[in-house]
Amino acid sequence: MKTATIYNILLVITTTVLALGAEAAEITVLQQDKSFVKDGEQIEVLTVKAGDTINFQNDDPFFHNVFCLSDLETFDLGSYPKGESKPVKFDKPGVVEVECAIHPQMYMEVTVE
Amino acid sequence: MIEKLEFRAAKTLAVASSLFLVALLSPSFVAAKDMGPTAEDVEKYRRPMEIPQPKNNRMTPERIELGKVLFFDPRLSGSNFISCATCHNPALGWSDGQPTAVGHGMEVLGRSTPTILNTAYQRFQFWDGRARTLEKQALGPIEAEGEMFQALDDLIDELKAIPGYEDMFEHAYPGEGVSKKTIAKAISSFERSVVATESPFDRWLKGVKGAMNDSAIRGFQVFKGKANCVACHDGFNFSDNGFHNIGLPDNKDQGRFSIKPIKVLKGAFKTPTLRDVALTAPYMHNGQFNTLMEVVEHYNRGGDKNMGNLDPNMKKLGLSKKEKKDLVEFLHALIGDPQEVTVPTLPVKK
Repeated sequence: MKTATIYNILLVITTTVLALGAEAAEITVLQQDKSFVKDGEQIEVLTVKAGDTINFQNDDPFFHNVFCLSDLETFDLGSYPKGESKPVKFDKPGVVEVECAIHPQMYMEVTVE
Repeated sequence: MIEKLEFRAAKTLAVASSLFLVALLSPSFVAAKDMGPTAEDVEKYRRPMEIPQPKNNRMTPERIELGKVLFFDPRLSGSNFISCATCHNPALGWSDGQPTAVGHGMEVLGRSTPTILNTAYQRFQFWDGRARTLEKQALGPIEAEGEMFQALDDLIDELKAIPGYEDMFEHAYPGEGVSKKTIAKAISSFERSVVATESPFDRWLKGVKGAMNDSAIRGFQVFKGKANCVACHDGFNFSDNGFHNIGLPDNKDQGRFSIKPIKVLKGAFKTPTLRDVALTAPYMHNGQFNTLMEVVEHYNRGGDKNMGNLDPNMKKLGLSKKEKKDLVEFLHALIGDPQEVTVPTLPVKK
């Protein structure tokens, strides 16, 4: 009985860890021609799962910034040059607005499920 | 004798070839005489054919005309002495020739008067970009205590008392009446109509030989290359619609940071257009430079420290005297053909 319980607990933990591991994705969003670009397409909305990480990678020959002042999240990645990438992990479900402070036409909404 | 002549000829040839080689290797040769624009230049810098305009305020001749009359009417100020055109003077590149603006009661303000040229293409208005549209911008200076200092409700009454205005509003915005909204929409329509005319640079882009002189052509190469002006002054309007701290250490104006409190925005101001820039001295948001050469010198030294937040695109450039001169020459080639602006006759009370 005891062994079975421990076995069951272990099974649940393992399944949970595996499930989480499979779900937490790494997504790359480029900053390109003063737009947010994913898989070669300009995006203004993006849906991710709680726990996912977005890597914001500057692909323009000048500095970019990424910041978020939403109720749900606040971060400011500073400014960084072409080739550099900075990760942000989105944990809380909801909608957050992500912008470049230097070029404010760069704007996108991230929906965290 | 013949041998001597041959020797001389050979010597001359050798000198000529080495001179040619030196010329070929020197950077100034890169932009030599007949070098025209690249396909990428044409794509990037060609002026658009259309003026962007919002769906709820399409430009019509009636709206532009009403906006123009309002723009030139000093009765839009509390003192009845200052019109929009007092500071945005078409004779001075739609600016005022002052280091910083002079407002109500001759008060000297903190920022320079920006041109209204090509504001239709700007994504943000004001030096700090606090208005996204011209409609949201237009009433700001009328109301501002330091600028025109006019209460808008009183203005509406004043305009309604002038029959000519009632008619013009009715023609421009049928059934909408004289209101804050229609005043802002009309002024915006006029401002949108003020677009840059064709400049020597535009003709050069079209392939017209001799449209820009050699110095300006070399200057354009410096602009795109060594000086990297295009990091911010990019595209046909020579603006990235962005905000940068370019190291003007004179004042405590935090610029865009007061609108969006993000560190990179401390002391950052909007990148202005460079079209007709040679007509709008003094320069920078605080008017601290009198000539374009002073501006170029500022960038050449990589700007000065400001709030510890200098834009990382700002670097020492190491431009030669000739390159700096060429750059200024190029900026002058962005002056559009003279545009005749007629001053409207203002409607009067009966």
